[in-house]
Amino acid sequence: MSIKPKLVQWEPTDLKEELLKKYPPKVARKRAKQIMINEATECEAPPEIVANVRTIPGIITMRGCTYAGCKGVIMGPTRDIVNITHGPIGCGFYSWLTRRNQTDPGADGDNYIPYCFSTDMQDQDIIFGGEKKLEAAIQEAYDLFHPKAICIFSTCPVGLIGDDVHAVSRKMKEKFGDCNVFGFSCEGYKGVSQSAGHHIANNQVFTHLVGENKKPKEGKYKINLLGEYNIGGDGFEIDRLLKKCSITNIATFSGNSTYDQFASAQHADLSCVMCHRSINYVADMLETKYGIPWIKVNFIGAKSTADSLRNIAKYFGDPKLVTKVNDVIAEELPEVEAVINDVKERTKGKTAMLFVGGSRAHHYNDLFAELGMKTISAGYEFGHRDDYEGRQVIPGIKIDADSRNIEELEIKPSADEYKARKTPEQFKALEDAGFKFRHYDGLNPDLDKGSIIIDDLNQYEAEKLVELLKPDLFCAGIKEKFSIQKLGIPMKQLHSYDSGGPYAGFKGAVNFYEEIDRLVNSKVWSYMKAPWQENPELTATFVWE
Amino acid sequence: MLLRHTPTEVAERKSLTINPAKTCQPIGAMYAALGIKGCLPHSHGSQGCCSYHRSTLTRHYKEPISAATSSFTEGASVFGGQANLIQAINNIFTVYDPEVIAVHTTCLSETIGDDLKQIAAKAISEGKVPEGKTIIGAPTPSYVGSHVTGFSNMVKAMAQLAEETDKKNGKVNIIPGWVEPSDMEEIKRLATLIGVEITLFPDTSGVLNAPLTGEYHMFPNGGVTVEELKEAGQATGTLALGEWCSADAARWLDAKRKVPCTVLDMPFGLAATDRFIDTLRTIAGASIPESITTERGQLVDLISDMHQYFYGKRVAIFGDPDQVISMCEFLRSIDMYPAYVVTGTPGKKFEKRIKAITADMPFEVKVKAKGDMFLMHQWMKNEPVDLIIGNTYGKYMARDEDTPFLRWGFPILDRQGHQYFPTVGYKGGLRLLEKVLDLLLARKDRDAPQETFELVL
Ligand code: SF4
Ligand code: SF4
Repeated sequence: MSIKPKLVQWEPTDLKEELLKKYPPKVARKRAKQIMINEATECEAPPEIVANVRTIPGIITMRGCTYAGCKGVIMGPTRDIVNITHGPIGCGFYSWLTRRNQTDPGADGDNYIPYCFSTDMQDQDIIFGGEKKLEAAIQEAYDLFHPKAICIFSTCPVGLIGDDVHAVSRKMKEKFGDCNVFGFSCEGYKGVSQSAGHHIANNQVFTHLVGENKKPKEGKYKINLLGEYNIGGDGFEIDRLLKKCSITNIATFSGNSTYDQFASAQHADLSCVMCHRSINYVADMLETKYGIPWIKVNFIGAKSTADSLRNIAKYFGDPKLVTKVNDVIAEELPEVEAVINDVKERTKGKTAMLFVGGSRAHHYNDLFAELGMKTISAGYEFGHRDDYEGRQVIPGIKIDADSRNIEELEIKPSADEYKARKTPEQFKALEDAGFKFRHYDGLNPDLDKGSIIIDDLNQYEAEKLVELLKPDLFCAGIKEKFSIQKLGIPMKQLHSYDSGGPYAGFKGAVNFYEEIDRLVNSKVWSYMKAPWQENPELTATFVWE
Repeated sequence: MLLRHTPTEVAERKSLTINPAKTCQPIGAMYAALGIKGCLPHSHGSQGCCSYHRSTLTRHYKEPISAATSSFTEGASVFGGQANLIQAINNIFTVYDPEVIAVHTTCLSETIGDDLKQIAAKAISEGKVPEGKTIIGAPTPSYVGSHVTGFSNMVKAMAQLAEETDKKNGKVNIIPGWVEPSDMEEIKRLATLIGVEITLFPDTSGVLNAPLTGEYHMFPNGGVTVEELKEAGQATGTLALGEWCSADAARWLDAKRKVPCTVLDMPFGLAATDRFIDTLRTIAGASIPESITTERGQLVDLISDMHQYFYGKRVAIFGDPDQVISMCEFLRSIDMYPAYVVTGTPGKKFEKRIKAITADMPFEVKVKAKGDMFLMHQWMKNEPVDLIIGNTYGKYMARDEDTPFLRWGFPILDRQGHQYFPTVGYKGGLRLLEKVLDLLLARKDRDAPQETFELVL
């Protein structure tokens, strides 16, 4: 196994300086606070990173917008809701099928995911207001499809001209009687990133949907799975495992989800949070209102998957379930181990950089660890401080103007549906045994000392990092893919998986191992120079002489 | 069934667009701007638009698409985006050092009423624009037109760099419209063969089909230079390919810089290519080399050899107006029937042109500008077709209706080749026909029962 020779060994502090060198002073000052060398090598105080702050105008960012986080990420994977984008055509068009949310139309067959619905606003609508057109569009959607629900998403100009999507939705909901209609004020400019959109979406789902179905659900061990979007079939694999363990998944928020799943979420006895960035507040609200405790899970990586399943079993505390889960793990692991033993020979010692989303960069770190690979630099596209430092810092995070825009729901225990899932003694016993409720670690403690953590990485810094540290693999999104690959470094998309996946669960881990093996050992990266470029001197004779 | 909710019965819709056959203006402006050498496109609005446009262009071209954004937040949306844009201009020149920044607006900055010209002037007076660097701008509100008009607006902004002059330099401006980098290359090759010196703008060849070498250049070695654009006013004439994409820029040059223009269809297929070559020859006073005539003959040969497979086949086609018009003419010329034709881009002339092109068909074409794919699918459900032509999003209809599907147009997110192999010109026509034949014959092979399955065709 060979590690690429590195021309220079960079000291982390020099590296940071190198990254900042080219910026105008104001920009450099700001970026300096978002780039950090892990673990107090920089200064004595525990390192604190600046995150979830505005993107710098003119700097080519990896981020998207609030609408993308709301319509694209959270509501996109719900299959039986008609999602209408209220605005000019573009926003709806770009969020149409591009996130690879897989879905199974199920027995009822309702599936609107392959459709793109838009009010396609024209200039008259901007001048005179678009509410009339929206109303008519909702009516047309209702007449054509009679769906269970219609959701409306506001784009930038809608917010600006002041169309009241909520009023229109209320009016139409009343008019129909048998179709839930509600809207989202998720204009692109609302926050500093997609993260704001997640929050807006979740609040509305909680307000208008969760708890609507009062009929109890069958199942002995009932959970909700939060923050799982079924990219590349991840959710299918997790569902397969849960089912095998006889755990009932009441609702996935929101991969391959249905109206009824959200509406029944209050019947679960535990919430399991995957992508905490996009949804941790829903877990909190479910707990406050219905008494459903929550834990952090991670199904990315074989070890994490096994740990997460065991934790769920431990929570329910039924020895039968514990045995069942252990049996399932024992049954699944041999295949995983066979592949890892083969692959690890070729991946061990290689280095990776991870810059995705708000939880993924952390989750995938586990998978790379299993491959014997080291993450030398990582960060989030739209994480908050708690994603880096751990949930315990939330009370200390200063709320700035941009976050204050986003409504915080005030949740009270439900008078008739709140139900404590365990006695205080039971909770205490679990906690004493090391069980952690309402908690997730940050990315930082999981990374090595001296690794470079960068929030809201941009194209320029990405390119510089790769040039200086020459990783064996870079992980980010489609916008970053080809500029990194031009540098001769394989790039793996971890938002849409480059059409691969699933990567969750045991089968997913196997897929991932094989995929990374392919990427870091592909011959193509050795073809960068033509023979005559490697050896440009001309010899004096023709070869055949 | 992927599109299981699409009913056969067609009900009129006035307000709800379903499965659009167009997208918004800025993405076209961004693509056009990439065809200027050393240019960084800049999206003046909130960052989400820019992110979406970059992602879609990246998925289509499989190349890095760099573009900056003003990253509006709520404050900028209320107080105007001037501060953001000026800051952005400063940051862009300091960090990325482009030759040109091509700014386009989004629906947000348009609705606020930000004035690009005034902001750019302010940036210059504040010393934020280094000596010798250029800023151009185009208004591209997304609630008007489509990605095609956005492209056209940015091309017009490029034309407006042409300086006033009485000098003539004997060159011909060619505005190719929204075609692939490979098509732009092909147009240059044809011009070279004819011996005409041209200024092609925009020119994304070399930019969006760049080689993999282990080096990354944010500004690859391709594109029309600002110098060339400044001299566009000295040209003998302008050939604009496509009424929707290219005519505005050409007419501006004609009216304001006295460069006479001719607007032609995009050279897809036999007849449109004939007109293109013949017009170029006349403008430049050149004669056509034998090699081009041979290429033409080869295309005619293929048409005659394979006519039996094209003859009488019904086609559904959706896409950008300029492209679809030429394609329909091509289909008619090989005796295929464009049965359903849709473009999302508005424009009355479109329906007229398609009707004229298909007037000799034994049945009436169903055509709609400002249509959508949902409607087209409904038509297909009522009476099927033999082939669908359009962008990637057509694959759902194609699968549901079990109909051969030619990916052509923008965006193609799930196939390769379009950035390398042209579909304009005679050679492009050969490729188009090859692809159509492959589809139709593969279908024949697949459907034939054992006893009629044949080796030779
Ligand atoms: S907000 Fe406007 S410019 Fe931006 S993507 Fe949407 S339609 Fe296009
Ligand atoms: S992992 Fe990232 S991209 Fe995915 S939903 Fe969470 S925050 Fe969004």
